[in-house]
Amino acid sequence: MADIAAPNAAVLAGDRRTGLHKLMQRKSTIAFLMALPLILLIGILVLYPACYAIWLAMLNKSMTKFVGLGNFQFLFKRDTFWDVVFQSCLFAITAVIFKAIIGFVVAHFVHNIPSKGQRKWRGMLLVPWVIPPAMSTLAWLWLFDPAYSAFNWILAHFGIGPVPWLGETGWARFSVILVNIWAGAPFFMIMYLAALKSVPEQLYEAAAIDGAAWWQRIWYVTLPMMRNIIAITALFSLIVTFANFDIVRVLTNGGPLTSTQLFGTWGFKLGIESGDIPLGSCVVLFMVPILAVAASVILRDINKRGSEV
Amino acid sequence: MADIAVAGTPGRRGAYGSISRDRRWAMRWSYFFLALFAIFFLMPPFYMLITSLKSSAEISAAQNPWWVFGPTLENYVALLGKNEFLIFFRNSALVSICVVTITMLISVTAAFALARMKFWGSATLATGVFLTYLIPDTLLFIPLFKMFAFVRDTTGIELMNHWWTLIIIYPTLTVPFATWIMIGYFASIPKELDEAALIDGASWMQTLTKIFIPVALPGIIAATIFSFTVSWAQFLYPMAFTTSTNELVLPVGIVTTLIKGDVFNWGQIMTGALLGAAPPLIIYAFLMDYYIAGLTAGATKG
Repeated sequence: MADIAAPNAAVLAGDRRTGLHKLMQRKSTIAFLMALPLILLIGILVLYPACYAIWLAMLNKSMTKFVGLGNFQFLFKRDTFWDVVFQSCLFAITAVIFKAIIGFVVAHFVHNIPSKGQRKWRGMLLVPWVIPPAMSTLAWLWLFDPAYSAFNWILAHFGIGPVPWLGETGWARFSVILVNIWAGAPFFMIMYLAALKSVPEQLYEAAAIDGAAWWQRIWYVTLPMMRNIIAITALFSLIVTFANFDIVRVLTNGGPLTSTQLFGTWGFKLGIESGDIPLGSCVVLFMVPILAVAASVILRDINKRGSEV
Repeated sequence: MADIAVAGTPGRRGAYGSISRDRRWAMRWSYFFLALFAIFFLMPPFYMLITSLKSSAEISAAQNPWWVFGPTLENYVALLGKNEFLIFFRNSALVSICVVTITMLISVTAAFALARMKFWGSATLATGVFLTYLIPDTLLFIPLFKMFAFVRDTTGIELMNHWWTLIIIYPTLTVPFATWIMIGYFASIPKELDEAALIDGASWMQTLTKIFIPVALPGIIAATIFSFTVSWAQFLYPMAFTTSTNELVLPVGIVTTLIKGDVFNWGQIMTGALLGAAPPLIIYAFLMDYYIAGLTAGATKG
């Protein structure tokens, strides 16, 4: 009995070892192990905090009691909150529209000149995108300085009085959007330029033979061919602009009063600086609906292209 | 007959002439507007440079701010002689280098697994990776802040106010996009190549290191540049998680320590900003094509 059992057990154990060995050798297991660091990183440091933010938003200030949607109710009653909603939308939508237009126009100009010189111009025009935003915003802050503004020095020659770039609500919003356009337009330019290069030249020739004017060529050939890239780039930029932090933080820090606060900067002020973590995460969570809409559109496009290939 | 032919030819030639004249004018206008846009785009960095070359007396003098009358390097000397500035630089460099290394290790292996080796849920994971790239840092800093407090309370490890904490969180910003770029590059490598290697008895690891990494080198360079630029420029996380001067990285250090109360030493601030912008700019100047390939990869590949 014992004799028989022992070899059996040995066989079993051997089997299990080779079974495990086989499992380790299997392609899908190796693949899973290779992707494991990525999965862990995303799970622990992205997905978990994102869900944790929802939980945090439903606690009271000292984080000892569950208050459900109390924080949201509190926010809805505050005027500042609605200002921030308005400012965030104004900031993101205006900036993205102008970035897209400037990027489209500049991409066309670069595309128009002989390809020899294109590289040089493209390289020069992308510089704002390469400089860390916090650093370039410091330069803008200095250009907008109330006492020594270099812009006002130029404007004074035309008899235009000192402009309070960052001192008045309207101008401050204008300046913040301007800096964002400056920093983001080159990205659009590069994307649209890449898309322009992929439009077949024959289409333009056909349009030219049909007697299409330049705006007809853009409207009927370029825009339909670039529709995808235009949409993806704009949505992507909408997310990034909506979630902006550094430009506003350095340039105005939300001021004057709260007239340039965005969700990100106001959340930082409430959550980190004032120590009200639940209210801060509550504010920040209001970015999610816009993110979700933009992300789902982008995702649909990716899946569509995936099935085409 | 002859009349018509004669009348037709110059007309047509005239049409051709007007097209090429149109082209020439279009080109001239293109250069003109490109020059205008280049002035707009390059003005702030240019102004940074000229301010950094001015003395404090010249900065506050009432004269043309767009010109340097007495160029001096005193701001550079003062800043590079400051211990804290060198610490910021060291912190930034260490954080960026570590983050780039971690990012490339994680994303290249993961992208290889997702692009070539397919396992249960790998397609979903690939899309999920891209979606996590869309989750902004402004959404995550508050819960992370709280999680750090939790880690301190349970394990006694203090994550707050240490520059090396940034090495742990920055990969969340770089890994998803780097993986996405690498999936695109790996997917474009012909299947025959790795099949041949597998038939010759190469293991998966060998296939990755001997075939995929060399072939996809442009993609790897693009992803490396991207990771470096992102981690060098990141502002929100160090702003939220580090406070004492020894632990700050360059962008936050310049913004918080050079501005003391209402006293703005603009010469030094601009010098600091320029030096802070220099590493990404230098990399960009030398590897522009890879940089642009990485930028457009997300949209044109995949």
